[in-house]
Amino acid sequence: MSKKPFRPDVDAPEWKGGYGPYDIIKEGAIAVLVILVITMLLAVVFGSPDEKQITVKNWSNADPIDFATTALSELNGTSTSAQYGAPYNTASSGQAIGPLSLAKWAGVRIPINAASDFVISPLKSLPDKPVLRTDLKMWASASTSTRNGWLESYTKASSNMKFVNGQVVVNATSAGPVPTIIEDLTQMARSGALDQALVTGNGFYTTDFTKPLLFLADSGYMANLADAQHLTGDQWGMMNETGSYPGQAWLWLYTFWYQIPPFNSSGNGDALVWALMMVMSALLLFLPFIPGLRSIPRKLKLYRLVWREHYQDTK
Amino acid sequence: MSISEIDRQWTTRIRRRVEGKLPPEKLLPDTQPVYVSSWIYVFGVATLSALGIVIATGCILAIRGPQWWHGSPYGHFINSLHLWSVEIFFFTMVVHLWGKFAMAAWRGGRALTWMTGVVTFLASIATAFTGYVSQTNFDSQWISTQAKDGINATGAGSIFNVLNTGQMLMWHIVLLPLAAVVLTALHVILVRIKGVVPPFEEVTE
Repeated sequence: MSKKPFRPDVDAPEWKGGYGPYDIIKEGAIAVLVILVITMLLAVVFGSPDEKQITVKNWSNADPIDFATTALSELNGTSTSAQYGAPYNTASSGQAIGPLSLAKWAGVRIPINAASDFVISPLKSLPDKPVLRTDLKMWASASTSTRNGWLESYTKASSNMKFVNGQVVVNATSAGPVPTIIEDLTQMARSGALDQALVTGNGFYTTDFTKPLLFLADSGYMANLADAQHLTGDQWGMMNETGSYPGQAWLWLYTFWYQIPPFNSSGNGDALVWALMMVMSALLLFLPFIPGLRSIPRKLKLYRLVWREHYQDTK
Repeated sequence: MSISEIDRQWTTRIRRRVEGKLPPEKLLPDTQPVYVSSWIYVFGVATLSALGIVIATGCILAIRGPQWWHGSPYGHFINSLHLWSVEIFFFTMVVHLWGKFAMAAWRGGRALTWMTGVVTFLASIATAFTGYVSQTNFDSQWISTQAKDGINATGAGSIFNVLNTGQMLMWHIVLLPLAAVVLTALHVILVRIKGVVPPFEEVTE
């Protein structure tokens, strides 16, 4: 029976050389101590970032026009959330990798109706608002074309939106209940009541912040804060964190793809980056079985640095 | 009970297999081949040490709950230890990974050791990510709202909702650490069973 040929990138030679003493427990103990000391030094010297969370209340008080404009975009269906697609709604087919519409196939599993969830339902929870109550009834009973007419009229006039004496001012005519809806939602937000209404939709106990986070993400306010903290996508944002901290530096390759074409210009950029990273991760995982790739270390000869003494001894 | 009946027992079979594969002198060796003499070998044990500190500091943070560290200087310091041990963990793990790549450490029947290492690396990235989105501060708000698009594009967003803070926290403190620790244990056991890969054979000129 013929012996299988030795494959240098798959097989390892049997070690017939010497052995030296090795105290694995001592090595482990020293390593823990050294890493602990380095960790403590870094923690004492640099600490860790903790930029305070933002709220809808913060946002609507800091920039009421941005809030009212975003609220309008939720109501008229032009916000990012309203047009997102799966898993939130069916407003768009979502991203795809060639013929693979993975998000669409997974379906709407976290239903979000931007107009209802972010605007109308929270307003319904406000007590003692007879005018609002009448206007919400008018909204609910109106046909889609009537609503669209009101929204079109208000949206057109909203380019000159002002915030005067604590009130949203838009000179819109024939806008039906829309001015009341936007004004009352803005006041509700400025009081802090909207923060609560957005998270308590499913009951008293909740740890799910999907709705307020989507609403905040639709704003210009949050993006501006992130931009000032070098956190936006074109600033390698996913791997950064506030302040001068290393953040998730290990995501550098993932974030890198977002900086270059076609990923930074494609409507399917996220899906393409993920597909590429999945392929690269699979290559890394199955490296021992991929001819050519598994030969790179032998050809690079970096191993000579690792086993310098061994090769000197065997010369 | 006959001898053959005892031999056929699952317990007996597993014990014998473990005894044969991982005898005490392999599990806790007191010698090693002389070629194991480079600083690069330190990064494996350094990664394990950092992981230990990550888990210990995470456990301390867990005692008082996810928001305690915002209002307590002591809690903030523990959070800083947690953060920096994670940074060291990834730094040492990446150096360890590329060191093992340079050595083609999968040779000699060590492919599974390499693969468990890669999967541990990927599981660790997911663990760290869920930690970043569970911080309950502006970082977690921004990172989660940005990351959702990538995850939603894969279809995974329908069950893995990065905007659901409670869900992310559970993944961060239960599911993913469990996976990372089990994979790490498996990786270390495989290293002990197979030993450290020997140097490439070079023809002397």
